[in-house]
Amino acid sequence: MSNQLTERLARLVKTIKGEARFTESNTADVLREIRLALIEADVALPVVKSFVERVKTAALGQEVMGSLTPGQAFVSIVHRELTALMGPEPGVPAGLNLAVTPPAVILLAGLQGAGKTTTAGKLALRLKSSQKKKVLLVPCDVYRPAATEQLRTLAAQVEVDFYAPAKAEAEDPVAIARNAIEWAKPRYYDVVIVDTAGRLAIDEAMMQEAAAISAAVTPAETLFVVDAMLGQDAVNTARAFNERLHLTGIMLTKLDGDSRGGAALSVREITGVPIKFAGVSEKLDGLELFDAERMASRILGMGDVLALVEATQKAVDIEQAHKLAAKVKSGKGFDLEDFKQQIGQMRKMGGMQGLIDKLPHEIQAAAAKSGGVDEKQVGRMEGIINSMTPAERRKPELIKATRKRRIAMGAGVQVQEVNRLLNQFEQTQTMMKKFSQGGMGKLMRAVGGMKGGLPGLKGKFPGMR
Amino acid sequence: MWGWLKKKFGDEAQVPAETNVSEQSQTSSEVIAPQEAIATTPVSIEPTPTAEESLPVAVVSPTNVAEEKKGWLDKLKTGLSATRNKLGLQTIFASKLDEDTLEQLEAQLLMADCGMPATQHLLDDLRKRWKQAGGEGDPRKMLVDALTDLLKPLEQAFPERNETPFVVMIAGVNGAGKTTSIGKLAKHLQQSGASVLLAAGDTFRAAAREQLAIWGERNNVTVIQQAGGDPAAVMFDAVNAGKARNIDVVMCDTAGRLPTQLNLMDELKKAKRVIGKAMDGAPHETLLVLDGTTGQNAIMQVKAFDEALQLTGLIMTKLDGSAKGGVICAIAKERPVPLRFIGVGEGIDDLRPFSAREFAEAMV
Repeated sequence: MSNQLTERLARLVKTIKGEARFTESNTADVLREIRLALIEADVALPVVKSFVERVKTAALGQEVMGSLTPGQAFVSIVHRELTALMGPEPGVPAGLNLAVTPPAVILLAGLQGAGKTTTAGKLALRLKSSQKKKVLLVPCDVYRPAATEQLRTLAAQVEVDFYAPAKAEAEDPVAIARNAIEWAKPRYYDVVIVDTAGRLAIDEAMMQEAAAISAAVTPAETLFVVDAMLGQDAVNTARAFNERLHLTGIMLTKLDGDSRGGAALSVREITGVPIKFAGVSEKLDGLELFDAERMASRILGMGDVLALVEATQKAVDIEQAHKLAAKVKSGKGFDLEDFKQQIGQMRKMGGMQGLIDKLPHEIQAAAAKSGGVDEKQVGRMEGIINSMTPAERRKPELIKATRKRRIAMGAGVQVQEVNRLLNQFEQTQTMMKKFSQGGMGKLMRAVGGMKGGLPGLKGKFPGMR
Repeated sequence: MWGWLKKKFGDEAQVPAETNVSEQSQTSSEVIAPQEAIATTPVSIEPTPTAEESLPVAVVSPTNVAEEKKGWLDKLKTGLSATRNKLGLQTIFASKLDEDTLEQLEAQLLMADCGMPATQHLLDDLRKRWKQAGGEGDPRKMLVDALTDLLKPLEQAFPERNETPFVVMIAGVNGAGKTTSIGKLAKHLQQSGASVLLAAGDTFRAAAREQLAIWGERNNVTVIQQAGGDPAAVMFDAVNAGKARNIDVVMCDTAGRLPTQLNLMDELKKAKRVIGKAMDGAPHETLLVLDGTTGQNAIMQVKAFDEALQLTGLIMTKLDGSAKGGVICAIAKERPVPLRFIGVGEGIDDLRPFSAREFAEAMV
């Protein structure tokens, strides 16, 4: 997975350079690369084929825009097509359609281990907290040991009601589903989420059972829960489930892993139903609205830059940032206390490693090459600052040999580390001063070395334009 | 792994060859021939005797294998003849290796999740074999040979149990089938006369402990568990309990985790260290459970877990569906770790020792 699409394309399109249009002959190699990249990302082969065809049609005859190199133009076409393919149909609202006579039934189905039960819990929490729905969770997995127990625990964790099957119906999922709906009706539930057992698409008996459950509850939404790591088999599975259950949406799970998630494209293409949500963590609030653009970047190996931007927005305390900005503007007063706050905010964003994980692969590789990021180092820096007196933090120039020794003892580090921290701080301070004097331009020149570290970053994120 | 064929043939039959032949996914013709070859040569898929004998746990008795094999083949034959009639395809695989055939084989491999590098390797190997054979023979059979050679190093049976207790630690991503595999494995061991103890090391997921406990109750296997807390502590207890009770095999379940969750990977390392403290040299087997439906990410999983735990083996589950688990080829090429068992069904007997040839035959 090391050879990333953009990188390879950049190399290839050198050959197209100087030509104003994409033609059949000069795109053949590029299209092959795209095909390879998609296969590496686990997009199913038939889907790859039709997609490449689509990209070709979109690209042929198109003029290469002045500002872009042909490679960038091509990637942006691919990205756009991918986004269009996975995104919602125009005019169809994202999210769930629950506008039916209550209770609106949501049926979850999928392969074993796709994450149906966890998703049921996440969905319940989301509907309860963001849409103020009264939710009932119904366990219809009578096969796996303790599946009912798992859903009961989840229901308790997200504080929604749980339908406990009676002894008489405990063996029959269809009866459980039917009775649960009957039970929910007079109790004014808005939404009933039915969790089913995992099943293989070729298991005729189980597929019949799923269809029977579906017929018994007439769901408002039938969601196909699919593991983002799923491989080529996505096609067969999605087709079989769609034939039997008339899916209305897809839930993509385990997106917090490092899979490229090509299955999303396969499943979307085969079923034709929208991908509604994505599971992004093991925690119960880890369910997000599906973002086609972001997924497209991921499949193409461009990194989850949008997630990074979001994480930054979430974690940075706006007020503190303003204060800091004011200080920087005035050209003085950036002290160790501010420095510490910066470290703290970095932490909140999931630490350096968390940030790096969201960057495109090539930069990740570069970061790893330079020795990676020592998370402990950051913690140690915080510790050193904590060992200083308020006066020292405000006026670091106070810190001389004896104070350094005391601080080092307090933080449990060597004196050299204190020195290093002070040096780093001084550098930051100088940078800040330059910033206040000469504005952004100067600063960029000051950190000019960094530009080399992010080669050709510009223009590689069509989604960010 | 076989049912897939029937399903697929059904689809192919309804979609006649309107797809662009120059591209790869025109699969109808190349699928037919391989299967017929299997059907007519049942002997070749008998697992190698060494694999059977060296298996101390006697996971599958040879007679059993033979019987089930027949079942598979029967199913296969009926499915095949039906399709053949429908398609009117009597021509077997082209008996020469031209570009068309190569493309079809490539598509076949890619659709089995082999991934590009492994596929390329196999096709190159195939070309070489073809040349050596002087440009004649059955390309598919040669591909099976190439596959078998690639996978052979992974065919290593579950080791001899020299220690008591023999400690097995099992890890994997969420939903790979760890607990189910442990269940099957425990049952087999028990049936072969070994006493088994399970450690409910998944202290995170809701009702994971209960899942193992219920299973243990049904099958008369003791499960060591603690309410909440540290998985390493549970395993420590379990290994000590195993020593005290003179148990033959202690199996440690762990919570599912994605390799990107670094803190959870650290937790796993710790659990392994702690097991080592409870008993020198333990765990004797550290297995990674892979979901057979997983695509190329499986390689990343093997790498990450191997780095954290120094794996001694793999278990690949869910091969009874339409997925073919070809990613094992990519693993064999990039990070070879022995594949101890494959899961081909829900039944207790459906966890089988891996045989390279058998697997290769089923894949193309």
